[in-house]
Amino acid sequence: MSASSQTDELTLRGAFREGALEVLPIVAGIIPFGLVAGAAAVDAGLGIEGGMALSLLVFAGASQLAAIDLLARDAPLLIILLTVGVINLRMAMYSASLAPRLAHVPLLQRMAAAYFLVDQAYALTIMRVDRAPTRPHRIAYYAGVAAPLWINWQIMTAVGAVLGSTIPDWLPLEATIPLVFLAMLVPAITDRATLAAAVVSGVVATLAVGLPNNAGLLVGAFSGIAAGTLVALRTEARVVEVQR
Amino acid sequence: MTATQLLAIALAGVLTYAIRASFLVFAGRMTELPPTVTTVLRMIPAAALAALVLPGLVRPDAGAFDPVNSIAVGGVAAVLMSLWKRSIGLSLAVGLVVVVATRPFLG
Repeated sequence: MSASSQTDELTLRGAFREGALEVLPIVAGIIPFGLVAGAAAVDAGLGIEGGMALSLLVFAGASQLAAIDLLARDAPLLIILLTVGVINLRMAMYSASLAPRLAHVPLLQRMAAAYFLVDQAYALTIMRVDRAPTRPHRIAYYAGVAAPLWINWQIMTAVGAVLGSTIPDWLPLEATIPLVFLAMLVPAITDRATLAAAVVSGVVATLAVGLPNNAGLLVGAFSGIAAGTLVALRTEARVVEVQR
Repeated sequence: MTATQLLAIALAGVLTYAIRASFLVFAGRMTELPPTVTTVLRMIPAAALAALVLPGLVRPDAGAFDPVNSIAVGGVAAVLMSLWKRSIGLSLAVGLVVVVATRPFLG
C-alpha cells in the first residue's frame, strides 16, 4: 500500500520516516561538500575545532566556506558578518515562505526548526506541503528531513577536518567556494525575473570589485534584487492585463 | 583557532539563526505576506549568489578582467552539471576535476 493512501492514519513517526527517506539521496550528494567544509577549515589554520564550531553554530555550508576564507586572511569582523549575512539572506525567504505553512506549530518547535533551515530542508518541505496540503504532521516531516542533513553535515565536517592535512596540494580547495555557489545559483534561476536578478547582480558586483569593505557584494546583490523585482512586477502586470 | 576567530564564528551563527528565525518566529500572528514582499524575497537567492560568485570568476584576485582561467572553466562545467542533475556534490566534483585538468594550461 502506498504511503499516500493511508493519510488518515499517518503517525508522527511515519511522517518523520517519510521525510528521512526522501532526503537520503540528497544527503549522499552533500557528502563531498561537507568534507570540503571540514578540510578547508583545517587548511586555513582554524583546526578541527574551528571547522566544528562553524558547522555547529552556523550550519550553512556556503557561508562557512566564505567565512573560513575571510578568517584565514584576518578580515575585519564587519566584513565577515556582512558576507555571511548576504550569503544566508536567502534563508529569510525560506523562513517567510514556510511561516504561514507552519503557523499551527507551537513557537518553541518553530524556533527549533529555524536552526535547521537549510536549502534542502526547505525545498523538500515546501514540495510536500504544496503537493499534499491536507497531509498531516508537516513539522514531523520537516524534522525527518532535517535530522539526517544535520547529522551528515556534522560527521562529514569532522571527517574532512581529520583528513584535511592529508589532502594533496594539487587539489584546489579555493575553487570549491565558487563551484558550490554556482551549483546553488542554477536552481535559484527559475524564470526571467530571477535570471535578471542574477545577471544584473553579477555584472554590478563585478564592476564594483574595487569598492572598499567588500561593498561591491552588497551593491551588486541589491541592484539584482531591484532589477528582478521590476521584471517580476512588470510581468505580473502584463498577465493581469491579458486576463482582463 | 583564536578567541577572536571563535567570537566571529559565534556572531556569524547568531546572525544566521536570526535570518532563519525572522519570519518563522512570528508565524503564529502572521497571514500570507503581501505579494510584493514575496516577490522581493524571491529575488534574494539568485541575486546574492551571483554577486558572490561572478566577480571572483572573471576578475581573479580582484584584479583586471580575465575570464579565461581554470576556475571559471571549472565553473562552466559545474553549471552544466547542475543543469543536468541537481546535486551540489556532483557539480562540485565535476568542477574540481576540470579545474585540476585545465590549471596547467590556463593558470
